[in-house]
Amino acid sequence: MRLKLEKRPDPSRFMLYATPVGAVVLTMLVGAIIFTLIGYNGAAAVYQVFIAPLTLSYKWGDIAVKASPLILIGVGLAVGNRAAIWNIGAEGQYIVGALAGTGIGILTKDMTGFWILPAMLLAGLAGGAIWGGIPALMRNRFNVNETLSSLMLTYVAIHLMNHMVTGPWKDPKGFSFPQTALVTPSQTLPILVPGTYVHLGIVITLIIAVIMWFLMSRSLFGFQVRVVGSAPNAARHGGFSQKGTVWLVFLLSGALAGLAGIFEVTGPFGQMSLGFPQNYGFTAIIVAFLGRLNPLGVIIAGVVLAITYVGGDLAQSALQLPNASKGIFQALMLFFLLASDVLIRYRVRLAGNVSAPMAVAARSAAE
Amino acid sequence: MSIDYIIAVFITVVGAATPILFAGLGELVTEKSGMLNLGVEGMMLVGAVAAFATVDLTGSPWLAVVVAAAAAAAVSMTFAVLTLSLSANQVATGLALTIFGTGLSTLVGKSFTGHGIKPFTTLFPDWLANDRFGKAFFSFSPLVYFSFIMVALVWWFLNRTRGGLILRAVGENDLSAHSIGYSVIGVRYAAVAFGGAMAGIGGAAFPLVLTPLWAEGLTGGRGWIAIALVVFSGWKPGRLLAGAYFFGLLGTLELYAKASGSIFTAMLPSEGWAALPYIATIVVLAIISSSKAGGGNAPACLGKPFIPST
Amino acid sequence: MTDTPPRLSLRGITKRFPGVLANDNVSFDVKPGEIHALLGENGAGKSTLVKMIYGIMQPDAGEIIWNGEKVIVGNPKAARKLGVGMVFQHFSLFEALTVFENIALGMDAKIPQRELEGRIKQVMTQYGLTLDPQRVVSDLSVGERQRIEIVRALLLDPTLLIMDEPTSVLTPQEVEQLFVVLRKLAKEGCSILYISHKLHEIKALCDTATILRGGRLVDTCDPKVETSRSMAEKMIGGSLKDIQKPEGRTFGREKFVVTELGMPGAGHFGVALKDISFRVHAGEIFGIAGVAGNGQTALLLALSGEAPTTDAQAIRIDNEAIGKLDAKARRLKGLASVPEERNGHAAVPDFTLSDNSVLTGRDRMKLSISGIIRPRAAKKYTGEVISAFSVKATGTEATAGSLSGGNLQKYIMGREIMQKPGVLVVSQPTWGVDAGAAAAIHQALVDLAAAGSAIVVISQDLDELLSLCDTLAVINGGRMSPAMKVSEADINEIGLLMGGIHGEPTSPAVEAADAA
Repeated sequence: MRLKLEKRPDPSRFMLYATPVGAVVLTMLVGAIIFTLIGYNGAAAVYQVFIAPLTLSYKWGDIAVKASPLILIGVGLAVGNRAAIWNIGAEGQYIVGALAGTGIGILTKDMTGFWILPAMLLAGLAGGAIWGGIPALMRNRFNVNETLSSLMLTYVAIHLMNHMVTGPWKDPKGFSFPQTALVTPSQTLPILVPGTYVHLGIVITLIIAVIMWFLMSRSLFGFQVRVVGSAPNAARHGGFSQKGTVWLVFLLSGALAGLAGIFEVTGPFGQMSLGFPQNYGFTAIIVAFLGRLNPLGVIIAGVVLAITYVGGDLAQSALQLPNASKGIFQALMLFFLLASDVLIRYRVRLAGNVSAPMAVAARSAAE
Repeated sequence: MSIDYIIAVFITVVGAATPILFAGLGELVTEKSGMLNLGVEGMMLVGAVAAFATVDLTGSPWLAVVVAAAAAAAVSMTFAVLTLSLSANQVATGLALTIFGTGLSTLVGKSFTGHGIKPFTTLFPDWLANDRFGKAFFSFSPLVYFSFIMVALVWWFLNRTRGGLILRAVGENDLSAHSIGYSVIGVRYAAVAFGGAMAGIGGAAFPLVLTPLWAEGLTGGRGWIAIALVVFSGWKPGRLLAGAYFFGLLGTLELYAKASGSIFTAMLPSEGWAALPYIATIVVLAIISSSKAGGGNAPACLGKPFIPST
Repeated sequence: MTDTPPRLSLRGITKRFPGVLANDNVSFDVKPGEIHALLGENGAGKSTLVKMIYGIMQPDAGEIIWNGEKVIVGNPKAARKLGVGMVFQHFSLFEALTVFENIALGMDAKIPQRELEGRIKQVMTQYGLTLDPQRVVSDLSVGERQRIEIVRALLLDPTLLIMDEPTSVLTPQEVEQLFVVLRKLAKEGCSILYISHKLHEIKALCDTATILRGGRLVDTCDPKVETSRSMAEKMIGGSLKDIQKPEGRTFGREKFVVTELGMPGAGHFGVALKDISFRVHAGEIFGIAGVAGNGQTALLLALSGEAPTTDAQAIRIDNEAIGKLDAKARRLKGLASVPEERNGHAAVPDFTLSDNSVLTGRDRMKLSISGIIRPRAAKKYTGEVISAFSVKATGTEATAGSLSGGNLQKYIMGREIMQKPGVLVVSQPTWGVDAGAAAAIHQALVDLAAAGSAIVVISQDLDELLSLCDTLAVINGGRMSPAMKVSEADINEIGLLMGGIHGEPTSPAVEAADAA
């Protein structure tokens, strides 16, 4: 007897929404087992990573702060993945966006004015879009696989940032630490909840996610993205340009990642340093999938992954669980999600029920 | 530039090329079967940490190679099960494998931070290995010679054996191979496992050939360069060998820039030299992919799910 | 006769797929040396049945008896061991590999290269099949590719050879060559199971015909005794309906003019278009015949605007140059198109029918306004298409992939026709569609032409073109023959044109069979 997959006539809506929940639950179960096996208190680890952050109200602000970049980047990646265009270099676009905005910040460090912050945010958008535009250009002009080029550019971005914060942009008053000067009050995102880091950027993120949801579900732009991803030849038949879609997707996801980067500089970080990259660009890939490539789903998924960021820190101090553990949980989540995807399109049946007589016949014939 | 300097550079390049040569060879075979596994970086990291742990515990670098291959092949099976048995998207699953491998190696490697290991001793007697010219041939780790053997073996397998023909057929037209009666899924499982094992050995080369110290994320994107290398090679083992040495050379430029000081760093800051391999990869990919010969050589079924009508 | 058991005997073969009964209790015998036709419409269950004989699928119930002994055919290898060879409809060849490698892959045991080369040469001379073993398959014509499959099957000394729709891609002359080989094989004692829906071929070649309809066996008969019409009616289970063409039609002004259209070949294996010119009048149906792989795909892409040309004047509608416009802009000028591939090209299988209407109808039918989709308008239009073309679907929100081939084709044709295009270019309008749906589609095309549209039909089915079109041209190697009136066309000449440089002396047999 073995499991047999049977194609459903239409994809299951129920499974579409049920499987992400299932993936998270399975991750907690299997995660507990794995960590028990390698010598930790597995149940406690899962509790610290997934549950504890929710029970501690003073951590909620942290969750929101960490969810914001994940959602903003995740929304952009969700659009790309819908079009089967693989931008895995969001981390680099995030860094370059932050660098571009920081550049404006350094130029305007002795000025005041309401325009400075918007100028930095725009520079962040532009920086991310330009960095995202390179893989698009390389793919459209030279047929270069965008997965590889966008990732290579992340390494380039990291080295570029290292150079800037250790060299030209190093804070002269920073005791030669590799970091830029702190942003000035005119360069800082307003804090919405006093006593936390909850900043205006989080609200902007949510607004963008909702706008993207509308565009994806109701506009021709969203239609174009979905057709290109689902059936490229049909897209061409309908008069949608493949190359145009590559441009749109990369500029958009790059810009959103860049915005996320400059939000971090003008918000929680207040500066750039060697420790600035937080892997948000990679984790957002998981966020996009867990959110079912739907911008509203991405909001929820961003919160879930943000919990693991906060929980990872808690587990580190409570159980001495290395910070890398959260990466294992995150990867498990993506594995289970991808594995359970099959349930959307297929029904699982026991093949033995149908062909048991045949199996017997085959055995008797073989004898 | 003295001959000694050139030999010294050559030896460094060989070291830097070996990991990506192994990983690239494995990925080449995997891709020839029609599977695109983007988890090479993750599998290399798993191989690296498995090798390090084995030497740390047993002191045997030979055993370490075997364990690294087995460990990476084992994690590559998650990719195979998801994409082949559950028809999950190959790109997404490969990414998941890289994220998983990165996390796992960091977690396991945590306890080795600061440990040093004893790598391979050279195969040849000292008078050969330490000779001024002899060291350009005889001073290498056994893994280096093994990598050459593997290039020849992979070439022979793909072009001269029936198994290689079947593997190429499966990557070229899975439905036809299925209708003739070959097990597409079986062939691809094997190809993914081989790719995993080779990536594992490539990862093992970091502690065993390059630096005998554990560092988090020590592969630094070499897994991705290995994937680019396969595109560069046009899916041909011989060209892959040449490409690995070219990328190896680029990868060592940073070291020489730092060591030689002002001349190099005046041209480009050291971060620029460090970024150079990645930029060069993109440029090389652009040249290869836009030329007619490059794009057309890819196996026709590369990255596509196999959906038989039965 | 009673002493020798049948070579193959099927007893109550049943195969069920989710939602369909593909084979329902099918039983018949194939005698040694017999050429046995398996006749039926697309979807009648022919392919499923032979896949079970060849071991690609397993029956849910029933028995396969081989030379009097019950067997289980677990996989194709087991089938070949028994002596069953198969030539597939969609060739199971590997484009990037050589002829020799392709043949070697079909052998179950490893045979030394020298020996295999010798045996290939021997089979080729014995049956008059010429091939160069060192050539790469992608460079070969369709006829040559089929020869590889046949050589591959013959090398295993089969006693039953299954041919799945072997002539659908051949010129009339190549068909005749194939028949010579098959007759020779049968004379030597090899049984042949010949799958087709082309009645005149079956009358010309086969000793017995088994007719399937909707998965059931309808009749086993002698095709030499039956008429084409009687077999056709058994096949479709009703009486044939002829296309209603209005009498004494006259054409209007020139509506669609193509002048010296050239196009590089698409992709690695594409055929380039050279110097193609033709003109279609309002009310005219213009047919383009040709064997698959002679530039039809590139031509459709060039005409639809999916691959715009560099010369604007190469394509004109109502005297307006549109060569540089893309598909969307050409649709606004009144040019609609239907490519050959339904799933993934003409329609998105994962999308609902409503969304598929938006794909090509968004501008002409106002299904989107200033970048925002109007779901209600899309649903309404889709509903109209479904009812006007009697598409069987669970509704406007069914996914395109859930429809049967014939119903999806009716929907796609309806989606384009109801936009009232001035020019409609369609490729393989009835490929893999049952006779009822095919008749409906043909009628819709005739009606659209009668309403004043110019229609271009690209098809490999010569019978379809001859009955549907007013004017006909042949495409070969990316070049097009001068147009001829269908009423004055000579089938022999068309066959030679289709063969192009591959054309070999014709024989009267096909003609005779056709007249019968």
